[in-house]
Amino acid sequence: MASKTSKAVKISQKHLLGIQDLSINDVNIILNEAQTFISINRSKNKKIDVLSGKTQINLFFEPSTRTQSSFELAGKRLGADVMSMNMGNSAIKKGETLIDTAMTLNAMHPDIIVIRHQDSGACNLLSQKVNCVVLNAGDGRREHPTQALLDALTIINRKDKIQGLKIAICGDILHSRVARSNIYLLTMLGAEVNLVAPTNLMPKEIEKFGVNIFTDMKKGLKDCDIVMMLRLQNERMTSSFLSSNREYYEYYGLTPDKLDHAKPDALIMHPGPMNRGIEIDTRLADDINKSVIKEQVELGVAVRMACLKIFCE
Amino acid sequence: MKKQYFINANILDPHNSLNENGGLIIDELGKIEAIGKKVNVNNLPSREKPIDLKGKYIFPGIVDMRVFVGEPGFEYKENFRTLSNAALSGGVTSVVTMPNTDPIIDNVSIVDFLKRRGRDKSKINIFPCASMTQNTEGTNMTEFGLLAKKGIIAFTDGVRTIQNTRLMSRIMNAAKDLGCLIMQHAEDFHLSENGMINSGIIASKLGLSGIPDVAERIIIERDLTLLEKIKCRYHISQISSSKSVDIIKQRKDEVKFTSGVSINNLSLNENDIGDFKTFLKLSPPLRKEEDREVLVQGLKDGVIDIIVSDHKPEDEESKRLTFSQAATGASGIETLLSLSLELYHNGSIKLETIIRALTSNPAKILNINKGNLSIGNDADFCIVDIDKPWVVKKENLISKSKNTSIEDKKLQGKVTNTFVKGQELFKV
Repeated sequence: MASKTSKAVKISQKHLLGIQDLSINDVNIILNEAQTFISINRSKNKKIDVLSGKTQINLFFEPSTRTQSSFELAGKRLGADVMSMNMGNSAIKKGETLIDTAMTLNAMHPDIIVIRHQDSGACNLLSQKVNCVVLNAGDGRREHPTQALLDALTIINRKDKIQGLKIAICGDILHSRVARSNIYLLTMLGAEVNLVAPTNLMPKEIEKFGVNIFTDMKKGLKDCDIVMMLRLQNERMTSSFLSSNREYYEYYGLTPDKLDHAKPDALIMHPGPMNRGIEIDTRLADDINKSVIKEQVELGVAVRMACLKIFCE
Repeated sequence: MKKQYFINANILDPHNSLNENGGLIIDELGKIEAIGKKVNVNNLPSREKPIDLKGKYIFPGIVDMRVFVGEPGFEYKENFRTLSNAALSGGVTSVVTMPNTDPIIDNVSIVDFLKRRGRDKSKINIFPCASMTQNTEGTNMTEFGLLAKKGIIAFTDGVRTIQNTRLMSRIMNAAKDLGCLIMQHAEDFHLSENGMINSGIIASKLGLSGIPDVAERIIIERDLTLLEKIKCRYHISQISSSKSVDIIKQRKDEVKFTSGVSINNLSLNENDIGDFKTFLKLSPPLRKEEDREVLVQGLKDGVIDIIVSDHKPEDEESKRLTFSQAATGASGIETLLSLSLELYHNGSIKLETIIRALTSNPAKILNINKGNLSIGNDADFCIVDIDKPWVVKKENLISKSKNTSIEDKKLQGKVTNTFVKGQELFKV
């Protein structure tokens, strides 16, 4: 369908550092391309060779399961040579800086570097120092663009549109790059976005991004089409943000009674990994009529294939 | 030294309310012999050939009250020699250095070392601060009395703040007993924990932890409350927000204290951080444009007393990192005057107010006989071509570290000559 027209229009950015940098046109190019990969991923022969001869380095400074495997699989299915580097136990521990690592890898002539880093802006820094394309797989609490794109694709495939939908993003917004990328993307695509979190986990002045702020989950979920839950990022919390997990679950955990305030056909999303019993009731997480969490993972590969292909061209 | 004669200069000396076209005579000892409109070509000895400054300005040498030097411990960032040269090129002839070195300046023997180094290697007047607490740990007071006897004229923990209120009251008591000046960097460390830039939309967008303006305000209000009872000499090193200006305005009539502002906070705002420019990671952080405007107004109204460079040299390796890993601070001593003049050229503040905040006001707070052009004093002054346009380029900076906050900025007004004790130590 629209994928034919997408080839006529080029993406405006050299790198994929964040949704903030993308235009609506860029987003449509990526989402249209991703649509074509969904069926390829479901078919018997999953391999195409659009990236054959290209080298993709996955540079992960933070532990990751789904994003890293998703990018690796995406690259391999497109025929690229993929090298995944887990930086937790490498030169960086010997005192090498990000720039030095970047220069070293750059000398090996990769075509794409996919980076995940604990510091906000790390991908921006990297992109200034290397010649190849940089794809952000999550930087600090700033952005996680491919996650937002796969979330959008999931919503579109279920609801046929995003324009006019009411979408609640709930939980640890403060520490969440997923929330930020989704705020930019979903508001850009015409959704009404509600943020639900205790004030201690809400970023300052976030309402200026054109979203509604709620501290009461029931009010925040009212008439929503999509309920997007976020993981409580305890590892990023250095001081007391919350009193306890059980109180958090009581007020902000997604339970059937709270979900009742959303539309009857509302869908549940979660970027993973989930803390069952903390931000989400385990039965809801597994409810195949309501939860699209597995679909998110599936479409994640398609979106990443699209990004790799488009930014590599 | 030969006698020196300058004529046809615009002389601006706020301390002596001097603002007129005239000349300057420096005697054989490097002291000011005569100054003002009475010094002109008609009443000079005919055998002397005076230097015609053709309307250039003469300002008293600038007194910069917040300067970091890397000596001892971080000589690779800045030493006394490189600091002097950088200062002189910006018309700065006296600096107050912060104690955040390695080791920390917190005892008399290290002060002895510092004074010797300063004397041997520095061409400008160095006034080292000692810390208020041992190792700037905020637990035990330093020996204010003994340190003062060694010539320490001010006490501060520099980049650190006394968090413990009881300790702060005791420090104030000691400072009062001994007549010492204390200078506080106002920041509640619990509120600013992990903070890197101003708290608000930009921090939320960049995904960086914020430093709320209340972190500054709460320390200022606490200290001023203590100051009501304990009347010591107290100075707030730098303020950054409109809220702080409001408080100072409210309290200035009740309690006696002074405050300063960094030229960075007067000239830049948080938007300048753009795409993670680590050279603009500063403490206190750059805040909103509204804050900047209120700071400028505060300086104009005399609510804020002085401008400082907050010169904090950092080597390339400390800045070529992600924003959260990068060091805090910007090099700024050589651009302090020129960047301040921007506020004059754009019509924000009168020239005299700016020069007062850079010369006589800091000298008055420190209680030193600097920052003026009084007859009989050391001839510390600079000659400035106030309209000369120039562009800040990293590679042209004299300081050992090149972390300027205003790379590529177009400025107007440049120091052409700087004199210390009558000796010309810098010339374009």
